Amino acid sequence: MLDHWFPKNISTYGGEIDSVFYLIFYIVGIGFLLGEAAIFYFLIRYRRRDGKKAAFVNGERWSQAAWIIIPTAIVLVLDLWIDFAGAQAYDAIKGEMPVSETIVQVTGKQFNWIINYPGPDGIFGTEDDLTKENDLYVPVNKAVKTILKSEDVIHSFFVPVLRLKQDMVPGRTIEAWFEATETGKYEIACAELCGYGHYTMRGFLHILSEEDYAAWVSENWPDTNSESN
Amino acid sequence: MTEQKNAENGHSEELSFWRKYVFSTDHKVVGKQYLFIALFMAILGGVMAYYMRWQLAWPETAVPGAGWIPEPTAFGGIIPPEFYNALTTMHGTIMVFFVGMPFLLGAFGNFLLPLMIGAKDMAFPRLNMMSVWTLFLASLVMIASFFVEGGAASAGWTGYAPLSADPIHTGVTWGLNLWILGLALEFTSFLMGGINFLTTTITMRAPGMTMYRLPLMVWMQITAAVIFMLSVGPLIAGAILLLLDRTVGTGFFIPELGGDPLLWQHLFWFFGHPEVYVVLLPGFGAIMEILPVFSRKPIFAYKTIIWSTIIAGALSFLVWAHHMFVSGMDPRLAMPFSITTILISVPFAVVIFAFMATLWGGSIRFTTPMLFALGTVMTFIVGGATGIFNGSAPVDIFIHDTHFVVAHFHFTLFPDVFLGGFAALYFWFPKMFGRMMNETLGKIHFWVTTIAFNAVFIPMFVLGLGGSMRRVYNPLQYDFLKPMQGINEFITYAAIVLLLGQFIFMFNFFWSMFKGKKAERNPWNATTLEWSVSYPIPHDNFATIPTVYHGPYEYSLPGNKSDWQPQHEENEPVSG
Ligand SMILES: [Cu+2]
Ligand SMILES: [Cu+2]
Repeated sequence: MLDHWFPKNISTYGGEIDSVFYLIFYIVGIGFLLGEAAIFYFLIRYRRRDGKKAAFVNGERWSQAAWIIIPTAIVLVLDLWIDFAGAQAYDAIKGEMPVSETIVQVTGKQFNWIINYPGPDGIFGTEDDLTKENDLYVPVNKAVKTILKSEDVIHSFFVPVLRLKQDMVPGRTIEAWFEATETGKYEIACAELCGYGHYTMRGFLHILSEEDYAAWVSENWPDTNSESN
Repeated sequence: MTEQKNAENGHSEELSFWRKYVFSTDHKVVGKQYLFIALFMAILGGVMAYYMRWQLAWPETAVPGAGWIPEPTAFGGIIPPEFYNALTTMHGTIMVFFVGMPFLLGAFGNFLLPLMIGAKDMAFPRLNMMSVWTLFLASLVMIASFFVEGGAASAGWTGYAPLSADPIHTGVTWGLNLWILGLALEFTSFLMGGINFLTTTITMRAPGMTMYRLPLMVWMQITAAVIFMLSVGPLIAGAILLLLDRTVGTGFFIPELGGDPLLWQHLFWFFGHPEVYVVLLPGFGAIMEILPVFSRKPIFAYKTIIWSTIIAGALSFLVWAHHMFVSGMDPRLAMPFSITTILISVPFAVVIFAFMATLWGGSIRFTTPMLFALGTVMTFIVGGATGIFNGSAPVDIFIHDTHFVVAHFHFTLFPDVFLGGFAALYFWFPKMFGRMMNETLGKIHFWVTTIAFNAVFIPMFVLGLGGSMRRVYNPLQYDFLKPMQGINEFITYAAIVLLLGQFIFMFNFFWSMFKGKKAERNPWNATTLEWSVSYPIPHDNFATIPTVYHGPYEYSLPGNKSDWQPQHEENEPVSG
């Protein structure tokens, strides 16, 4: 019912985030409806009428206080449920990072994404490195590790379809990973205000099938044969 | 000269105009001064919201009514991105620090606190005068920052470094320095105010006014004052470090110079989350006074409410990193902060349930203040509930820095500051200005405001879930946002209605001040001490200090003929 609210999800862990969202949505949504309905009911039922006096209930006695203690206890239990579900999902995303062969370095710079591929040797800072702006090519169904950096101010690497968002902080190296489950071209956005051109900081994530990715690799590193991948 | 504090019979008429209305030490005048500063700044903040909303709905078209803004700030009404960023920054800063705090703490705290506890004035009347004038100066500094070269601060109301720490990143020079200075002055103002609130409440209560007989408004004011005083220190330090980074070349927040940008975020949010409750609690305090009066019932679970808000205040010091789940801090910190954040809903749930239980079995009258009070509770529930989504670390990965968050905090602060503030204003207006506000206009104002508010911010949740990032100048830059542009247009129409609706209030406010029906001493049959004095209230409030015999909410006592028992009357009032 809610699926059309989110952008579609094409990452392996995006579903975890979405399902915690739905869990909270239903718990909080039902609580919200009950609460508002009770208030409406009280307002109609206890509106002022001639000759009707209000009840004297100050909630100081335990038997009265139970009216708010019981619902509060329910809130506490539901909170813990949400915390527990959240912790599991969070662990799946941010816990142990899966081993990945594809490593890319993305550096934010007012107002572009500088994308560095280490090349076939898998080492950054060697001759076969490849630098591109704003276009990130990755294979589908493979864990991809991104090394996020910034050259000036804080940017935030946001790929809505991956449910991935991670700030890039100058002076720090932050790692994030994802594994895409569908091929296609998707938008990368900057989610942290980084100056007047913040809104122009748009990039593209190209998720390629195994063959297309191999072709892309041999196009960019023609001297090496594809087996080093 | 000899009038000072010892004046026995309140012959304050002898004061000159300036001493009486401008440089006054009378807490009631000071309170009204805060009120006018807050209302004026709210108009500024509202106009900025309108400019932003227009830009988001119809990007890069001339904004009607912005043609007067000179170049290079705007170009014939077209708002460039630099100015747009300044608008988001200054709208947030002004609404939180120059509207929320002056309106709820400054205006109502000052006006009501001495009256409610049965004191002749604040403990330090001159300090009180100094705090409002410091705020006035702070407001001038903030406004002036728009007119310096480079424009006003544009690094977001959160002022994240290093964007804020070096002028080369934004091109804003003195604008951001003045922003820091204006905030520092504002903090000073409310620190002085907080000292006064606390000292006055602790030392100047009327005989019989025990701590557990204090109206909840007083409790909320002093709890807020304590939270503010305990949390603002680190941010004042942070602000000074930021100013040094900008002006003398230190590098506290600049990594090339050995600093750390995340340090600023920690300092800011260590203050930032408690600050939300500094604004929230006094608004709730007003609701806690109004609900019993118009339900003719005691507030439900008085002591439990006091302790719940104190616990929430204490917990608010342990949640700040929920603003930083994707900031790059150690991910192992996320879950502990997520858990404390979600648990903070427990004390607030207690307060909301207590509000609901107060209505149960009541005899409810739907006056304008009551409508606004109920509106506050019913819309705040949405704000509180949506906080759970943000507080959940995995969900926050997706909704962080989207319009979901923007909608969430507007759903907490708008009901509190504006709906709660209006409730308070309609309720205490007779005590402040001696006349009643017009009820019909008040009710129209209520319905227009709440309906338009919901029409603005409910769709904004949907935008956020679609991934729409906040602080984006032109959403049409992104293909994935284009299909949602209709929502942006709808929100802007609703925002225009919301803002236009406030003209009803402004008309009612000024018209009633001079032409409204003369108010009786106690028009709502309320029990607390401020209703025991007649308008105009003399400088020293009470000719003789009242003795307090009762708790603040003794409505519909069994055995009494009348349905209210004033705090200062030993027996029930003679006329029903
Ligand atoms: Cu950005
Ligand atoms: Cu917070």
